[in-house]
Amino acid sequence: MPDNQQLTTAIMVNETTFSEKNTQTNDIKKLPGDLAMWFFILAELTVFAIFFIGFAIAENLNLVMFSEGKAQLHKVAGLINTIALITSSYFVAISVHSMRVNKERQAVFRLLLALISAAIYVVLKLWEYQSLFEQGIDIETNTFFTLYFLITAFHFMHILLGMVILAYMAKNAYQGKYKNPETENEFSGFESGACYWHMVDLLWIILFPLIYII
Amino acid sequence: MNTLKYQSQAVAKPYFVFAMILFVGQILFGLLMGLQYVVGDIVGGLIPFNVARMVHTNLLIVWLLFGFMGAAYYLVPEEAETELHSPKLAIALFWIFAAAGVATILGYLLVPYATLAHITGNDLWPTMGREFLEQPTITKIGIVVVALGFLYNLGMTILKGRKTAINMVMMTGLIGLAVFFLFAFYNPTNLALDKYFWWFVVHLWVEGVWELIMGAILAFVLIKVTGVDREVIEKWLYVIIAMALISGILGTGHHFYWLMTPAYWQWVGSIFSAIEPLPFFAMVLYAFNMVNRRRREHPNKAATLWALGTSVMAFLGAGVWGFLHTLAPVNYYTHGTQITAAHGHMAFYGAYAMIVMTIMSYAMPKLRGVGEANCNRAQVVEMWGFWLMTVGMVFITLFLTGAGVLQVWLQRLPESGEALSFMATQDKLAIFYWLREIAGVVFLLGLIAYLTSFFVTEKKAA
Repeated sequence: MPDNQQLTTAIMVNETTFSEKNTQTNDIKKLPGDLAMWFFILAELTVFAIFFIGFAIAENLNLVMFSEGKAQLHKVAGLINTIALITSSYFVAISVHSMRVNKERQAVFRLLLALISAAIYVVLKLWEYQSLFEQGIDIETNTFFTLYFLITAFHFMHILLGMVILAYMAKNAYQGKYKNPETENEFSGFESGACYWHMVDLLWIILFPLIYII
Repeated sequence: MNTLKYQSQAVAKPYFVFAMILFVGQILFGLLMGLQYVVGDIVGGLIPFNVARMVHTNLLIVWLLFGFMGAAYYLVPEEAETELHSPKLAIALFWIFAAAGVATILGYLLVPYATLAHITGNDLWPTMGREFLEQPTITKIGIVVVALGFLYNLGMTILKGRKTAINMVMMTGLIGLAVFFLFAFYNPTNLALDKYFWWFVVHLWVEGVWELIMGAILAFVLIKVTGVDREVIEKWLYVIIAMALISGILGTGHHFYWLMTPAYWQWVGSIFSAIEPLPFFAMVLYAFNMVNRRRREHPNKAATLWALGTSVMAFLGAGVWGFLHTLAPVNYYTHGTQITAAHGHMAFYGAYAMIVMTIMSYAMPKLRGVGEANCNRAQVVEMWGFWLMTVGMVFITLFLTGAGVLQVWLQRLPESGEALSFMATQDKLAIFYWLREIAGVVFLLGLIAYLTSFFVTEKKAA
């Protein structure tokens, strides 16, 4: 027989677990950010999905051309970029956490780190394009490079837009415009921006193996 | 009973009325051409097919422009919460535009096109002879003058008043409309370049800036008839126009497939135009969502019906029927067949004719001093008009699609030698053209019902 104190502790632990679970379920049910942003994200994912399907079909029709094309890409640069984007996504994720616990300065700092990681991507991607151009490869070289340039450049523009959004979020957080996380609308702007950045990152995670590796 | 918030909104009325007169002309010429398709000349050579076609399409464009201008004169002051900068200028421009429009159409009908070109000094600055942009150069200059005066008038109104998202989107759309029209003055002799820049007007109008105008008008009417928060509606408006612009601008590529442009345009055009239906789909979701979440029962049921109808028909006509033939490998076979005509008909009606009738349905009772809404009987007749025109258009589209599929099958798919010639194929399509003509008559009946609704009054109690 457990003594009374043990029993009370056990009940308390159970209650905590129960209430924690409850909060978690509520958190999962609530869509972070704005519904309109999610519609926009779905639209963006649809465009890329069509690009990826197009790429896969074209690859199937031109196996040799595509494997030769992939061999000419700089895989290490691609890998570093993947790491840079995942890192920046990590910083964005923890900046949302900072906002949730009302540490706005910390959130701004983390967003800046995210922007620095994203800048690594931008520089490296431009270098990659430059070195391909130097080898005389461009968008009209063949179907593989048409798709390589179209897909990666379209993604690159998303990175730039995403960076503008992150900078805007940092500016607003710095000025204390998300002061009250209780007001759903205020904070959902921050979350929407973070969701957009995660989408940009997610797309690269599909894009990198599809175009560079497989 | 005067229910206008700002008295200067009244300048919208002549624009709407004149738009409807031109609309009737457009439909009559459409029916004439529909017959010419199957029986050849029926008016003793007075109106050749090419002239009837030019009048049909030009009337459409001009009445939609009148409709957009009326819509702008109505909604911009109300959104800006101030009187229009200069109602007199708006009325003066109305008469200039109407006179120029009528003179141009009469020119098409009364003298041979080459003579019209000669009389209007086309050789000094040749801009004539291109589909939809057939207007004499002097008319085109007139259009620019009218557009500048119109934008100045609205711009000054917005500058002194409240700046809402709806007004900003509307103005962006209207400025874009004017700017892209300028490409109508650039007419390179190289045919591929000519077509290339021609699309800067035609495509960037209907699949670019006109969508902004449509989005703004729809948002305005939805706020009015549902009472849903402006914030919610504006947010969706932004998402919709962002998608419309991204997909629409890059989607221009679907016109570049066969114009000697680099091959990557086939990818760009196919992929981005494949997502052009999305903003229209978003409009359907948002129109129905807002009406379901309405906070008031607006007495104008007909306006709500038009608002829902335009979103659905625009999605079907512009979105689905556009997608049907937009992918490069499909378009290789379907380019310029009756499938294009099917898409053109339903898209113009669903997106642009219906959005003009949506704002007219909402605004006309107020402009005519009837009150918030027409009486019940008038609304019932108006709804008959809505359904007859819409069903008529659905069938016109379906029959033209049938004709298009058969045309591709007979004329485009067979390898060399076995394919039928263009005219031999047309003979085989006759049944579809007859059915299309019948659907066209239904459409005309709908238009008559719609116009009649303006004159229906409540029965006096016996």
